[in-house]
Amino acid sequence: MNNIPNRKAICDVLLEKAKDDKDIIVLCSDSRGSASMSPFFDAYPEQAVEVGIAEQNLVSISAGLAKGGKKPFAFSPACFISTRSYEQAKVDVAYSNTNVKLVGISGGISYGELGMSHHSAQDIAAMSAIPNMRVYLPSDRFQTAKLVETLLQDQKPAYIRVGRNPVEDIYSEENCPFEMDKATVLGEGEELLIVACGEMVKPAVEAAGLLKEKGIEATVLDMYCVKPLDTETLLEKASRARAVITIEEHAPFGGLGSMVSQAVGTNCPKKVVNMALPDSPVITGKSREVFDYYKLNAQGIVEKALEIL
Amino acid sequence: MKELKAKTFELRKDVLDMIRSAKAGHIGGDFSVMDILAVLYLKQMNISVENMDDPNRDYFVMSKGHSVEAYYAVLAEKGFFKREEVISEFSKFGSKFIGHPNNKLPGIEMNSGSLGHGLPVCVGIALAARKDHRESRVYTVMGDGELAEGSVWEGFMAGGHYKLDNLCAVIDRNKLQISGTTEEVMSQENLEARVEAFGWHVIQVNGNDLDELNQAFEEAKTVKGKPTCVIANTIKGFGGGSVMENKAPWHHKVPNDEEYAQITEELERRKEAALHE
Repeated sequence: MNNIPNRKAICDVLLEKAKDDKDIIVLCSDSRGSASMSPFFDAYPEQAVEVGIAEQNLVSISAGLAKGGKKPFAFSPACFISTRSYEQAKVDVAYSNTNVKLVGISGGISYGELGMSHHSAQDIAAMSAIPNMRVYLPSDRFQTAKLVETLLQDQKPAYIRVGRNPVEDIYSEENCPFEMDKATVLGEGEELLIVACGEMVKPAVEAAGLLKEKGIEATVLDMYCVKPLDTETLLEKASRARAVITIEEHAPFGGLGSMVSQAVGTNCPKKVVNMALPDSPVITGKSREVFDYYKLNAQGIVEKALEIL
Repeated sequence: MKELKAKTFELRKDVLDMIRSAKAGHIGGDFSVMDILAVLYLKQMNISVENMDDPNRDYFVMSKGHSVEAYYAVLAEKGFFKREEVISEFSKFGSKFIGHPNNKLPGIEMNSGSLGHGLPVCVGIALAARKDHRESRVYTVMGDGELAEGSVWEGFMAGGHYKLDNLCAVIDRNKLQISGTTEEVMSQENLEARVEAFGWHVIQVNGNDLDELNQAFEEAKTVKGKPTCVIANTIKGFGGGSVMENKAPWHHKVPNDEEYAQITEELERRKEAALHE
């Protein structure tokens, strides 16, 4: 079982790249520990900025640093950076087109026991609705590293959400196919298409294996690029499938499921079923317990597939 | 300085013409802030059409973005775009001269409009300049009604914490906002002491006096180890005479024909007086 969370993978990439690139700046809002960024603050104090518990300041200062030629990565719990500083993300980052990478850590229901204040089940919807904001939910540590390396090459705004806990590997050091803004296709089966992002990719892959044992061939899309959604791959696969299941660690509205439904409904109408968190505060528990309760797991996907096919 | 003073009334006439042409705008704050912008752009800041890609230039963010007409007038004076163009196109359908600053236009660094953003953004710009050992000075202008936004105080906190002596925040203290006086809406008492308490050097001036403003910006350059805040005590509608000075409704009132004539006459009178001081 992998014990390296995706946030640590981000830190490792930035630590490596900051050796040569002195314009990389990491900002935290009293969140360096949760962000796994303490090693960066220790190694590169001149490239680290602490703003205190002030997410609006975090995002605006990041925008100013970008205006001044820097490459800021702003880290804060996803629940706060996505909505507490939403207007700063909209105006100072996206609208002003500053090269700011917003990193929402402990995303979704990572802080399962801490209640709705600490859950980010609205971040995909909120961030995706902003013009010029890209939204990424990488699935495992290898993909996270590739994503961050790629984002360092461009000058555009982006929001990246990662979870708090280590997630099981999907890819490996040697085998992590990655093309920017293209979904990764996992398996080829034409009966069912499962579209997942972030921590839900692993259960989707497991579900595909279980379905195969029952004679149902499924394709899984790791749609880490929620915006811009890879509609080309999505429609190619959806047009061949009998039905589509989406699964995400997000509210049922405005997230991956909404976007996939919109694209499929418009271009190649098929039955699309969205699996997501409920439109209510979620039950208390560790994230795994919460996922299981709402059947956001491999078994839940299998049951849903058998129900609709 | 008397030519510059005369110029400020010409620029106010440009604002008046923009607003008359668009039948929209925020004229009261434009007239109060004009002297601050004129001193910064035409006297103080190292910003020009030629040096906008030079990282050593000075930086300016118009935090009170609704005073965009005054900003456009000064940027046109600096040659970033044509005065006639902005007067005829401001706020018209499809125009690039939007009713708040937009950085697709030359000369504008950041988009604004939502209040309470300029100061924290400038903290970031000033931090970047300091990290690169650049000489840039960083300026923002806020309204006094804007000070009710909590993010302004996050910016003051960080500016003081990081001792950003390359940062200068100006408050256009015209004491009026849409609903009435700032003291009625949300008291801004003891402003100087409050900003000082955040670790800032504070200078109070008559914000419609070009010499006082210029001296304040010169003093700010000499202050080391802390940022400077210039509280510019202004008159909302300054230059518009008895028609509009110190009258809250002129926050975004559009003058009718009679008022337009009266304001034009008053601006012309003050311009002539400035030239003959």
